[in-house]
Amino acid sequence: MRNPQLNAKGELRHLLTIEGLPREILVHILDTAKSFLGVTEREVKKVPLLRGKSVFNLFFEPSTRTRTTFEIAAKRLSADVVNLAIATSSQTKGETLLDTVDNLSAMHADMFVVRHAASGAPFLIASHVKPHVHVVNAGDGRHAHPTQGLLDAYTIRHYKKDFGRLAVAIVGDILHSRVARSLIHALTTLGAPDVRVIGPQTLLPTGVERLGVSVHHDMAAGLRDVDVVVMLRLQNERMRGPLLPSAGEFFKAYGLTPEKLALAKPDAIVMHPGPMNRGVEIDSTVADGAQAVILPQVTFGIAVRMAVMSILAGASS
Amino acid sequence: MSVALPDAEALVAELVRQLAPRVTAETGMVGIVTGGVWLAERLHRELGLALPLGALDISFYRDDYASSGLHASVKPSQIPFEVDGRHILLVDDVLYTGRTVRGALNEIFDYGRPASVSLVVLADRGGRELPICAQHVGATLTVPARAKVVLSRSDGGVLTLQLERDA
Repeated sequence: MRNPQLNAKGELRHLLTIEGLPREILVHILDTAKSFLGVTEREVKKVPLLRGKSVFNLFFEPSTRTRTTFEIAAKRLSADVVNLAIATSSQTKGETLLDTVDNLSAMHADMFVVRHAASGAPFLIASHVKPHVHVVNAGDGRHAHPTQGLLDAYTIRHYKKDFGRLAVAIVGDILHSRVARSLIHALTTLGAPDVRVIGPQTLLPTGVERLGVSVHHDMAAGLRDVDVVVMLRLQNERMRGPLLPSAGEFFKAYGLTPEKLALAKPDAIVMHPGPMNRGVEIDSTVADGAQAVILPQVTFGIAVRMAVMSILAGASS
Repeated sequence: MSVALPDAEALVAELVRQLAPRVTAETGMVGIVTGGVWLAERLHRELGLALPLGALDISFYRDDYASSGLHASVKPSQIPFEVDGRHILLVDDVLYTGRTVRGALNEIFDYGRPASVSLVVLADRGGRELPICAQHVGATLTVPARAKVVLSRSDGGVLTLQLERDA
């Protein structure tokens, strides 16, 4: 069966998950993003690629950073952008997801950027829309957040040049993290040989090794000689029941302090998808330190989202 | 039918002769990826221009994006000098429909407002679809409409014009 994200010519029409995408498509996105980064340094920070197209940001879950960077990316491509925070609109009056999409399609939407608490919601929308309409998953449940995975990969490539010899540690709440899942798929597809997940048993999904990562419960062993440390946010809002003794206990064991960071390579970079909980998963000294590339991640995220949207919109229907 | 194409190296020399009296320390030069940049690198060096060379990949400005999409390997564009108020030489290898030049002009204006833009091409093969003409032309060619004129560069940096059939 063909990957539902690709058209008959093998071009990317929807971006729903990184899992199963060929390496060439990921590299094409990262290379295109690099070219868009130059656009953002010019007098006029816009290119005309999506002129006359309408991009609908459909956010069924709250988000500031992701929604804003998608909005900026679409505007820099000259698209018209409509932002919908659905929690406050018709769905609370009983409209179904696909009815909402049909109504917005009748308003001539060309692209939907979708965030939803239910894993798979963007797939449902992608299988429902007309062939000329494109869907970008901006985070669905615990499943995937592909543009975040791509911007993380972009950041790593920017600082470390090549994935071929890298050791990357992803630390914290892997269980609830669609960011971790998307990054793991991106890194294994791009050829990173040593990807580690570090966290307490209760916050690691069972069978996570099958994604091609090694599992550590101890920071001292897990962080040794890594090139990249990716800290995840503790997702209290997705936790049901007690998975942790307390935030303070978590920080003691898994919070990234200068002492723990010293176990990594001296030139290791520290990433975080945001929003950060200072003093829970990351110490302020590290978050604001010379090895942190957390703010460049946000800037790269705009270029990566421009690349994704322009590649999707250019794929034939 | 065989078409004899002129020697690209001789055309470079001809363009250098044409341009030498017109350039100053303030002249900016921008090549269009890929062949235009190769030509611009040569002209830039042989004319001894003071300002660094710019390069444009006009993929983000193409008028056939809706039908052809975004091609693999878009190179970053950069103009490493102030565009506002400057006289700019825009360099491409082969001038044909004029659509690439239209895209390049739009992109230049997103960097600023130049005092003037002059177009420099190695070869003009006619077939314009837009009101665009070059101010400095190495040679004017007559080639079949379906053929493609491409510039290639050897490892040693020698430029050659070639004809590809059924483009």
